[in-house]
Amino acid sequence: MTPSDLALWGAVLMAGVYHGVNPGMGWPLAVSAALMERKRVALWRALGLLAAGHFAAMAAILLPFTAMVSLVTWEAEIRIGAGLLVMAMGVYLLINRRHPRMLARVPPGRLALWSFLAALAHGAGLMLVPIYLGLCDLEAMDAGHVAATELMAAHAGTALGVALAHTAAMALAGGALALAIYHWVGLKFLTRGWFNLDLLWAVSLVLVGGIGVWTAL
Amino acid sequence: MNQSFKPDPTFHPTPKMAMDAPVETLAFTLMLSPDFSQPDGLAVVDVDPSSDTFGQILHTVMMPYKGDEFHHFGWNACSSSLSPLSGHAFLERRYLIIPGIRSSRIYIIDVKEPLKAKIHKIIEPEEVFAKTGYSRPHTIHCGPEGIYVSTLGGGGKDGTDGPPGIFILDCETFEILGRYEMDRGKQDKHYDFWWNLPRDYMVSSEWGLPPQFENGIVAEDLLSNKYGHSIHFWNLRERKNVQTIDLGDNHQMALEIRPAHDPAKKHGFCGVVVDTTNLQGAIFTWWQKDDGTFEAKKTITIDPQPADADDLPDLLKGFGAVPALVTDIDLSLDDRFLYVACWGQGEMHQYDVSDPMNPKLAGKVEIGGIVRKTLHPSGKPFGYGPQMVEISRDGKRVYWTNSLYSTWDDQFYPGERGAAMVMAHVGENGGLTLDDTFCVDFPKGYRSHQIRLEGGDCSTDSFCYPNV
Repeated sequence: MTPSDLALWGAVLMAGVYHGVNPGMGWPLAVSAALMERKRVALWRALGLLAAGHFAAMAAILLPFTAMVSLVTWEAEIRIGAGLLVMAMGVYLLINRRHPRMLARVPPGRLALWSFLAALAHGAGLMLVPIYLGLCDLEAMDAGHVAATELMAAHAGTALGVALAHTAAMALAGGALALAIYHWVGLKFLTRGWFNLDLLWAVSLVLVGGIGVWTAL
Repeated sequence: MNQSFKPDPTFHPTPKMAMDAPVETLAFTLMLSPDFSQPDGLAVVDVDPSSDTFGQILHTVMMPYKGDEFHHFGWNACSSSLSPLSGHAFLERRYLIIPGIRSSRIYIIDVKEPLKAKIHKIIEPEEVFAKTGYSRPHTIHCGPEGIYVSTLGGGGKDGTDGPPGIFILDCETFEILGRYEMDRGKQDKHYDFWWNLPRDYMVSSEWGLPPQFENGIVAEDLLSNKYGHSIHFWNLRERKNVQTIDLGDNHQMALEIRPAHDPAKKHGFCGVVVDTTNLQGAIFTWWQKDDGTFEAKKTITIDPQPADADDLPDLLKGFGAVPALVTDIDLSLDDRFLYVACWGQGEMHQYDVSDPMNPKLAGKVEIGGIVRKTLHPSGKPFGYGPQMVEISRDGKRVYWTNSLYSTWDDQFYPGERGAAMVMAHVGENGGLTLDDTFCVDFPKGYRSHQIRLEGGDCSTDSFCYPNV
């Protein structure tokens, strides 16, 4: 693994931790489930559902790009376009500070669906796109003259790997926090440790998108 | 933008945490002009015992219109915001939503600085009619999809064109979003509603249609059991009535719905004003069974008290007795004590409902009443009877006012009897004692209705996490 490889995979994991510790991505629901059912196993089940939804949202955003990045000749344009898209999402979230009401319609029993929609609505998957394209770029340089289908398969594998690693980091971070709240810290943490990161989140999207565009130029 | 960096300090994950929060220092009380000669208003009352102005009105917000008839009201945001599912953790508890049940006008009052409280927005009746087809807005609860508003009337001048229901307001802009119900089933009347958020069910109740209450109680309708007597259970997010329980048509006017505050519990209570077979007041306990369906059982009855016809208003003369008239109930945050206002008899009852199927009378205070007219311990008269009741978050103080509804007050208690707001202290293991220093003076010509406490109280906040 090259240093840039390492840095990009590190970014994938860091984004996972960032999403995982954010109460808005759902760990309090895992605590609530365990408290409601009075057994810890409910915490794991809820966490698993949240992770499944988050993984699906990451994959849903990344996989369409796997097909595109096989068009090696358009590589720079695709990366610029993707970067601009991520920036646009960030700008949209900066301007539209209202929270998505659609999420409130999801029944509490359907945690995977809720997690999927929450990740989509906040552009969590988009945040990974420039990182993922960076990884594909490195692969492409290594691959040289391999066939497009092989390249596509490799890219799809990378996309799933990124989604999986990201989600694992997210679930571990969220799970560790949920467990700590459940066993030791108590729900008081929810009112003390929940910060409104909407602004920072939107700015992060603009930044990540900007870096994506800049590295493609 | 009505958003902050951290969750509002008055939002609490569990009812237990809300009980441990700092105590209230201010109360908000609605004032109504019963003859519609003056505008209705909101009074900000000092409830801090260490203050020189304890028990006095510090500020009032008077409305620009007359004839609204204020009744119930609620907050724009509460502890329900702490669920990630709703996605609005950073709202501020800042606005009181006050509907006029006679005018159908809705006021949004900014109480961020309570002593400078002011009108933030007015939703005109025409907008309510046009966007919802409902009229006469009543109970307010903030929940997952925004602010839910129950109504007592449908469309048309007398509110009988279509059934009444619930509509939703956007919790940030206060725009009317539209009707709540997708499938109302048998529900054709409305009054109160509340829910259990993690369990995703809602319960609603029935008073009567506007022609049955606006010009006074209709005795023939009552005696022929035509007021509401059912409670409805809903799948909250699917907006669907999943079960209707008829409490029996003699149980007239099933009003306040009080679910246990701890969402791990699956029961709650409903007060019934009067049983037409024996004039008893009643409380039903309802609960969700393991298969998800609901059941209800009468667990408290309050007998009528014999009285001379001379002491009774025309409406009751023929009965020779004064019924309890259970008009409001409220449950303490620890789900231990249920307070029951006996508006006709002039009593406030406190029941220990630790075992919800087997409530025990734990305390009682006599004040006002059709026959007894008991004075406040300060020596001041207390007109009408104990009515809208609110409990402090810590469960140690209980506040109440005395008016039921302008035209009904006049039938049960003829003559103008004035507004009142009093407070009682709760003993360590129950028991109620009136505070003889707390008896609020209201402006002349007004009556008092619902009370809200600064930072939330026992009939506003919905909790998303169970007590540990």
